[in-house]
Amino acid sequence: MLPLRSGLRAFALAVLLILTTGVSHADPVRVAVAANFLSPVEAIASAFEAAGGEPVEIVSGATGQHYAQIINGAPFDVFLAADQARPARLLEKGLAIEGSVFTYAQGRLVLWAGEGHQLPDNGFAGLVDHPVTRLAIANPRLAPYGRAARDALQATGQWQALQPRVVEGLSVGRALHYLATGNVSHALVAASYTYASGRPGGAWVAVDPSWHEPIRQDAVRLVNAPNPAGARAFMTFLKSAEAQSILQGFGYRAAGEVTEP
Amino acid sequence: MSLSAVWISLQLASVTVLVLLVIGTPLAWWLANSRSRWRVPVDALVALPLVLPSTVLGFYMLILLGPAGPIGRFWVAATGETLTFSFTGLVITSVLYSLPFVVQPIRDAFAAVGRGPMEAAASLGARPIDAFFSIACPQSARGFLTAAVLGFAHTLGEFGAVLMVGGSIPGETRVVAIAIYEHVEMLEYGAAHTLSAGLLLFSFVVLVAVYTVNRARHPVLLR
Repeated sequence: MLPLRSGLRAFALAVLLILTTGVSHADPVRVAVAANFLSPVEAIASAFEAAGGEPVEIVSGATGQHYAQIINGAPFDVFLAADQARPARLLEKGLAIEGSVFTYAQGRLVLWAGEGHQLPDNGFAGLVDHPVTRLAIANPRLAPYGRAARDALQATGQWQALQPRVVEGLSVGRALHYLATGNVSHALVAASYTYASGRPGGAWVAVDPSWHEPIRQDAVRLVNAPNPAGARAFMTFLKSAEAQSILQGFGYRAAGEVTEP
Repeated sequence: MSLSAVWISLQLASVTVLVLLVIGTPLAWWLANSRSRWRVPVDALVALPLVLPSTVLGFYMLILLGPAGPIGRFWVAATGETLTFSFTGLVITSVLYSLPFVVQPIRDAFAAVGRGPMEAAASLGARPIDAFFSIACPQSARGFLTAAVLGFAHTLGEFGAVLMVGGSIPGETRVVAIAIYEHVEMLEYGAAHTLSAGLLLFSFVVLVAVYTVNRARHPVLLR
């Protein structure tokens, strides 16, 4: 009995030691980020660290999931949402810091034609008269890019005719996946994917942003942040010219370009 | 939106179980009785959906069933429709996804019948097919019931694969699990609760029923 017990004690001690040594390092800044913004935030995080900032830990996922996790006590410092609604909700609930909300990026939409398919001659507005077998968009009820895609189709009077051929992906990434696997001929997705290294083939054309509500992505600092100082430093860096030029390199419009309506 | 999703799920589960009983029964018989060296690898193939994440199945089905894929191409040529984003495509996906839940109980029931009764029937002049339907199948009724109920319940609970292959088209491919996910994402927790609690209750009742039947029929073995 005794050897077993002392063995257990040694094991518990070892576990405790491993756990505490993990904690004794500098606290990272933990950033929950919308999946569409993962690549730019990785680049921004390395620039932040290179400029002397604390290490950044990135948790990528769906904004709705992050929201539910934050409500239930997830230890995030900064929340980079895919929309404006979820940060606003967190403010209402007193879980986000008043005055910390700002639009960190504005998304753009492109019409993508898969390999072996053509773009309409006159761009997005000519889609309805064009051979489209299926058109993939993100789920308009869940994803800001999906709502923008539907708005743009409605604004150009193409929604009614195209709707039977519209396929919804859970996220904008899934919509593009349908195109990459040849299951749809065309897709309306985030312009940032045209900058991705693993992007599928085909051709794309920008969709005029005046045809949909701006796709504003808001950032917010969280009340229950384990590392409030790190959160503040990261948010300041996110607003800097350096970070904004990085995200422009990924197909987003910088916060400075955003003009209030 | 919710009601139509429930209806689609019930339809999908029913059709899937019917298809699986038709193709699963001969497969289960072969697995229970064959001495082929292919039996073990086929057994493993049947069990794969138990251990693979459904996204793996969905990912490959999207490629196989897509208009450029090896199966999807034939379908487009034959019917002019695509398999992905259609109810038929969901059925094919669900058949694979729920395969072990139907094949394994039937296989085990057939194995429990053993060779004895079948050989006795043969010595009395019954053709193998007669013996199969009049001896093996009735004696395996419990296995068939378990298979049908588990296959049905498991198809109802399917999420990852149908979401990828189906594309969440209302009234066509948006099943109840996807509807729940969308309600949660849209912060409509009330509607999500209604559907989730319904699914939970239904699944519990189904499993209680299966276990009750299994106990009643095998009082000595399982008590």
